[in-house]
Amino acid sequence: MAILQYREALRAAMTEEMERDSRVFLMGEEVAEYNGAYKVSEGMLEQFGPKRIIDTPISENGFCGLGVGAAMAGLRPIIEFMTFNFSFVAIDQLINNAAKIRYMSGGQFNIPIVFRGANGAAGQLAATHNTSTESIYATIPGLKVIAPSNPDDAKGLLKSAIRDNNPVIFLESEVMFGWKGEVSDEKDYLIPIGKARVARQGTDVTIVAHSKSYWIAMDVADQLALEGYSAEVIDPRTIRPFDIDTVVESIKKTNRCVIIDESNPFASISSEIAYQIQEKAFDYLDAPIIRITSKDVPAPYAKNLIEYYMPQAKDAYDACKRVMYVQ
Amino acid sequence: MAKQTSKAPTASSKTASTTPKKVAPRSRAKKVVSENSFPTSLELNVTFDTYPAGAYTHKDLGLSVDDVLSMYRNMLLQRRFEERAAQMYGKQKIAGFLHLYIGQEAISTGTATAIKIGLDSIITAYRDHGHGLALGMSANECMAEMFGKVGGCSRGKGGSMHFFSKEKGLFGGHGIVGAHVPVGVGIAFAHKYKEDGGVSIAFYGDGAAGQGSIHEAANLASLYELPSILVVENNHYAMGTAVDRAFAEPEFTHHAVGYKMKAALVDGMDVFSVCKAMQDHVALARENKPSMLEIRTYRYRGHSMSDPQKYRTKEELESKKNEDPIIRLKAYILDNKMTSVKALDAIDDDVKDEVKASVDFAENSPVPDLSEIYENIYDESNYPYLA
Repeated sequence: MAILQYREALRAAMTEEMERDSRVFLMGEEVAEYNGAYKVSEGMLEQFGPKRIIDTPISENGFCGLGVGAAMAGLRPIIEFMTFNFSFVAIDQLINNAAKIRYMSGGQFNIPIVFRGANGAAGQLAATHNTSTESIYATIPGLKVIAPSNPDDAKGLLKSAIRDNNPVIFLESEVMFGWKGEVSDEKDYLIPIGKARVARQGTDVTIVAHSKSYWIAMDVADQLALEGYSAEVIDPRTIRPFDIDTVVESIKKTNRCVIIDESNPFASISSEIAYQIQEKAFDYLDAPIIRITSKDVPAPYAKNLIEYYMPQAKDAYDACKRVMYVQ
Repeated sequence: MAKQTSKAPTASSKTASTTPKKVAPRSRAKKVVSENSFPTSLELNVTFDTYPAGAYTHKDLGLSVDDVLSMYRNMLLQRRFEERAAQMYGKQKIAGFLHLYIGQEAISTGTATAIKIGLDSIITAYRDHGHGLALGMSANECMAEMFGKVGGCSRGKGGSMHFFSKEKGLFGGHGIVGAHVPVGVGIAFAHKYKEDGGVSIAFYGDGAAGQGSIHEAANLASLYELPSILVVENNHYAMGTAVDRAFAEPEFTHHAVGYKMKAALVDGMDVFSVCKAMQDHVALARENKPSMLEIRTYRYRGHSMSDPQKYRTKEELESKKNEDPIIRLKAYILDNKMTSVKALDAIDDDVKDEVKASVDFAENSPVPDLSEIYENIYDESNYPYLA
């Protein structure tokens, strides 16, 4: 096991896949000479040269469309968004072209492309730079959506995403880029897309949480353990396809569920998960599912407001107590 | 090793000690911002090549009599195919939107004649039947697609606007105005990356020329020096909006100037003019010199089947019909005594038979099984994941 930052794990995944397959290239704003706006691609220009590590103008629609065309013509692009907030000026390329061309061509053209970059809130950046895009992309058939919470998953899932023959939306985190964790040394370390991870075993309540929210879940589980309650934490890792089976198996044991999701609440991933749980595990539930999300407002700038906006560990802790009927 | 700029110009040398050192970029030579080169005036002196109608003979293009007759047949096939498609739309055999290419066939055929089909790539918008047939897609698969049958080129999942043929190098058939042009540039990127010698030609309408995607695509094609040709098929109307009501600069060749691309103006009513322009610009593209072509053309039918066409006069339409590219080529063939009227009539009969057969094929092709709805979404076959 090596200890790597989240960004280093991403870089390792891209580097290994580029060494393995000459069709893979990386394109985006500041990925080459600047070494990455968040230093994810640091050193990659040096190693692979300007043919395969390509700086773009600020032109998301243009270079995302370029990626789609290159993928149709047999290459395997990795397109970096500085953050996914900027994917909205290219959303036509993601939703109408990347996701749908395979279907509309009767399966003639695969689009093996990864769109990756930071997603979700990252502090006092105000409303346009703090969007959680999971549900926006996960609602589109034809896309896969991945949101790893730690360096090990980031590496194993990004390698799988690059090898996948479909368009993949790969959601990282500005806040987590510098976080460190153990990463497998295994050669060709691939984590299957669509498989959740039971991060902590428990019997009293199931907490489902992905990306940054996963770390809130782990904190809450620690606190509950001090009081003798056993929480099971599930990190879905992949948003679409969603591994509902692992969640259902857990709820059969705990009969209670809290979902922590950094998205705005309306029509979010937590809405979908809660729906699927009631569909598949209604008879096993002993309490209504509670969601802990961001507030249903645009992200504010002021320090106290953005902190209040984010999902709160205290609220998640209280929610767990409530579904266990101990509060 | 990266080299530092050695001499700062006099004007800025006083502050040199407080400004950060500039390091020369590694991959491409760039201007450094601090040079004392603020211009006193700017000049733009640009001329464009034009390809007028009637300026070229088939011999100029290296075409044989057989080639010319084959082009004639190809244009006629597009015309008869769409006339029949319009009929089938009236009979409700074809649904959704149906955009006819009638009047613009010289562009598709002229292009297909100038490229290497199978190596080179074409991408276009929703007015795509002509390009598909010009590249050699069968009338059967095209008609069946519009009928929503599994025998269609896209298994009945795309319809009129979404013809695709991997085999012939047609990358669609795209319904969102302008969105496919960056994709076309990406295909050019792949040709260059793979060093396969192919070029990518992206067609779009005059209406699309106002989309940001076109301008981003043009910039990228030129910046990366891609084997790419961007072609605006200017039929003068974006649905019902005339070009001069939509563009501050209606000369589309001028758009290329801002992207340092070569541009040319082509008369799209003469298949030889189109073919010559394409030959020239495909040759440039093969040397990674991208270009932008404006081809002036005219669609004789409405934007789609539901268009009352109140934005143009009958007189305008009639005057343009005198320029019909098929009639022009027919006259050229007869004037040059390439074949007889009788032989041309036989070609017409043959084409009509082919089109009629395509209707029969489409009628007899089965509708997609309901299970097909879940096919071709992902590469994997175990979809829906959420069942």
